[in-house]
Amino acid sequence: MPHDGHDHDDDAGAALSPVALRVKALESLLVEKGYVDPAALDVLIETYETLIGPRNGARVVARAWTDPDFADWLRRDATAAITSIGYAGRQGEHMVALFNTPETHNMVVCTLCSCYPWPVLGLPPVWYKSMPYRSRAVMEPRAVLAEFGVTLPEGTAVRVWDSTAEVRYLVIPQRPGGTEGWSAEQLAGLVTRDSMIGTGLASSPA
Amino acid sequence: MNGAHDCGGMMGFGPVAAERDEPVFHSAWESRAFALMSAVGDIGGWTLDEDRSACETMHPADYAATSYYEHWLHGLQTLLLKHGLVTAEELADGRCHASRIAKQPTPAPAVWGLVTAPGSYAREPQGPARYAIGDRVRTRRLNPAGHTRLPRYLRGHAGEIIARHGAHVFPDSNAAGRGEDPRWLYTVRFTCAEVWGTATRDTIHADLWEPYLEAV
Repeated sequence: MPHDGHDHDDDAGAALSPVALRVKALESLLVEKGYVDPAALDVLIETYETLIGPRNGARVVARAWTDPDFADWLRRDATAAITSIGYAGRQGEHMVALFNTPETHNMVVCTLCSCYPWPVLGLPPVWYKSMPYRSRAVMEPRAVLAEFGVTLPEGTAVRVWDSTAEVRYLVIPQRPGGTEGWSAEQLAGLVTRDSMIGTGLASSPA
Repeated sequence: MNGAHDCGGMMGFGPVAAERDEPVFHSAWESRAFALMSAVGDIGGWTLDEDRSACETMHPADYAATSYYEHWLHGLQTLLLKHGLVTAEELADGRCHASRIAKQPTPAPAVWGLVTAPGSYAREPQGPARYAIGDRVRTRRLNPAGHTRLPRYLRGHAGEIIARHGAHVFPDSNAAGRGEDPRWLYTVRFTCAEVWGTATRDTIHADLWEPYLEAV
């Protein structure tokens, strides 16, 4: 099994866990069968470890904060607007952008599995796929937000979006104060992954 | 099916455990399982809906007790067997015993193009849309034995259509091998008061196909 720099419980030399052994056996079987090319597996892993991740979404948000025409395009046709920056493909075929305002906070979940906008956020974190988040986000969103350190004003309504089809949602957090005159590149540094799921807010300037 | 995967509104799983600076994969086996699922999915001859359905066939106790990549692994093995790409004996010992089905594996240089290619689940509608934005609808009380994307917690509830996405591949048909059967897809807004009986102004939105809905 090639090393990817992220081995923990199954480093070469250490005993492999039962599930690691199962995957290793499955991979060698499928390679022997001629169904997969191990080099393609390496590229897939590298793609989602280094190229497709939440920095993409941060660039979309920062552009929306600095370019009103782009923000309008995101509201009308997020798929086309996001594709224009170069982010498209698997698990991002039908994008919708949700703009947070002082009156409305948006938060995304997939109660049925783990649907998540890969081209802009990469692969989802474990908590997003976990039963605690999936079971509770729709029923007690404010309690879940509090666990992420987010307490919203009473007057802010929470809108939860359950990704039950192939529509994928990207939250556009509110631009933090004190960032007047910042470039899109500087602003992108304030856009956290969680702020684009809706379990966080954009960071404030240090 | 009313499986463990359909967990919206279930209780008792405890707090959300977010990890700081979480790596994309926590171990090599997770990354290999992810890549296998993706690479075999490209040539296996099954649909995304069939794939989700296969993951949902895991025993509820096992589903709740295992990690997400183990759900995928269960789904992948289920589909490999179902589509005759491997035998149970081969899965058990990891060795090739039966003849292979001719498949052209995805070559490494093709990966980037495949994962970033724009796609669409929208299809030509089979008829006019029954509902318009602003219409009130109620979700049906369906309990299909097969795959569905109407979560249990949203069955039998009234909501409002807030978006119409065209006709999309209908998972309930597609997962069962009955073809894409495109149906109109809507985003429906429900109040938390309607769904949970709680006194808040908060709302829940879900993307629901026309067969899940009836006029109020």
